[in-house]
Amino acid sequence: MTNNTIIRFEQVTKQYDDDPPVLKEVSFEIERGKFYTLLGPSGCGKTTILRLIAGFVEPSLGKVIINGKVVNDVPANKRQVNTVFQDYALFPHLNVFENVAFGLRIKKMKNNEVDQKVKEALRFVNLEGYENREIREMSGGQRQRVAIARAIVNEPEVILLDEPLSALDLKLRTEMQYELRELQRRLGITFIFVTHDQEEALAMSDEIFVLNNGKIEQSGTPTDIYDEPINRFVADFIGESNIVPGVMIKDLSVQFAGKTFDCVDGGLNPNEAVEIVIRPEDLEITKPDLGKLRVRVDTQLFRGVHYEISCYDQDGNEWLVHSTKKARVGEEIGLHFDPEAIHVMRHGETEEEFDKRLEAYEEGNYEK
Amino acid sequence: MKSNSRNLYLIPYIIWIGLFVVTPILLVLYYSFFDIEGHFTIDNYKKFFTPVYLKMIFNSFWYAFLITLFSLIIAYPTAYLLTKTKHKQLWLLLIILPSWINLLLKAYAFIGIFGTYGAANSFLEVMGIGSKQLLFTDFSFIFVSVYIFLPFMILPIFNALDELNPSLIDASNDLGASPWTTFRRVIFPLTLDGVKSGCQVVFIPALSLFMLTRLIAGNRVITLGTAIEQHFLVTQDWGMGSTIAVFLIIAMVLIMVLTGKRKRGIL
Repeated sequence: MTNNTIIRFEQVTKQYDDDPPVLKEVSFEIERGKFYTLLGPSGCGKTTILRLIAGFVEPSLGKVIINGKVVNDVPANKRQVNTVFQDYALFPHLNVFENVAFGLRIKKMKNNEVDQKVKEALRFVNLEGYENREIREMSGGQRQRVAIARAIVNEPEVILLDEPLSALDLKLRTEMQYELRELQRRLGITFIFVTHDQEEALAMSDEIFVLNNGKIEQSGTPTDIYDEPINRFVADFIGESNIVPGVMIKDLSVQFAGKTFDCVDGGLNPNEAVEIVIRPEDLEITKPDLGKLRVRVDTQLFRGVHYEISCYDQDGNEWLVHSTKKARVGEEIGLHFDPEAIHVMRHGETEEEFDKRLEAYEEGNYEK
Repeated sequence: MKSNSRNLYLIPYIIWIGLFVVTPILLVLYYSFFDIEGHFTIDNYKKFFTPVYLKMIFNSFWYAFLITLFSLIIAYPTAYLLTKTKHKQLWLLLIILPSWINLLLKAYAFIGIFGTYGAANSFLEVMGIGSKQLLFTDFSFIFVSVYIFLPFMILPIFNALDELNPSLIDASNDLGASPWTTFRRVIFPLTLDGVKSGCQVVFIPALSLFMLTRLIAGNRVITLGTAIEQHFLVTQDWGMGSTIAVFLIIAMVLIMVLTGKRKRGIL
């Protein structure tokens, strides 16, 4: 644990009544001043983590530590964190100013100070001059900003955001992604953002926790997670991917689709059965003879930025290709890819084991 | 053509309103300008502002106020607890159930309970306090009235609490408010409309209560409702009875306007 750690979960389990646990012995650390994203399908436990940090629920087992202190039974109103709720939870009986001022009024701050801080917070979220508006007069995007202003005005050390963009339309959502990221950089406080939208997570985060079934499957920077998914779930959940069975012949050599290819992975047992991931955008369409794989085009969809082409090889594996080039349905084409595009996943490997193997392998290489 | 056929559906409504709302009000207004001999006069209104009647007005408002206040004090926590229970609709139904029973039946039941040899006095004797005069007191009058009006107070407050978005309470906690501050600054203001309609449906009928004043309060409490009844049935002074009724109608409209739903604004 470094000085920079602000929140730490130690083997936290959360269980409601006799239902199966929503979180299973989850441990992680959150550092000051970074943008974190909890990413996962609905019901994976990401919102529960947020509620545990905010103090709305208590862990069944384990410790929640904020700033070095165990806060398991510290109620929400005594914690230095603020939440931006999914439905914003703005007070309908108060106007914009009083909504933002709510936390400051609780602290019995002087009126002129409240005035100054609220105005500053509203300026931060580009809502100057909206002080006297009623909440019902504000659009979805504006309400979102009021909710953010209401959280940042209290100068918390951590801001928790529970799928705050899910109610906005696509264009506004993209805009708000930029704004949130920019805001986090300017304020320099820790953001913990919950979403089920992988693109959002990749675009905004310093670090992503991918959750499934009450467990953290993988954590890391967006590029780490995208380029080196640890298992089928992560590979499938983050972006589109082609996952096919293969055999690791030896280090740097893998066999799939009936052929042996060069790759950049190693540290596995010889002839171990593995899963191969190749991202659709790493596959290039060429003439049948020039490609590493020979496939037949099954369907083609125009996606705007690219064509999404579904092909099958002679073994019956499906290959999804994202290409700006057009193909013809029924045509036989070649697929080319670089050795770096191949990512090898071991069956049932956890994040810890993955890191250890990588370390051991790199050290081994070093000695050679 | 379409609006014509829609107007057809309105006919029963208009006939109903005309016969049973507009006509009676006009009749009451008309009668209020005649004395007991049938001569046109405004003496009724002059008489209305004499101490006898002013005391009656004061009594009516005072008792209606007390009944509303006690109903509210009991109803709000009850409604709040109800929204927290698992089978809240069932509990609500059980509380609403007594209001389906005829008011007179309930009044007679209380005569039995509060009577000299009734259940309440037996209980007091067992407790060692001894028999007390319960019936025909202010206490019994207000107790029974509150009992009768309670469901009407609980229902709107329950609905308001039930509709309250629970994440608002989380938000308030999150911003540092203690449970009591959250109640004062968020829960109560947001359920104020329920409280208002509860007070309306209790205060307005309580203003013109008359059966209970006789059966439970033994005519010791004379309200405007009792006065109207006496004028129409006993003294046959329809003019004076109508004048009081006109006053009551005006008072009710005023209360409706004052406690009506306002646009949610700055507190």
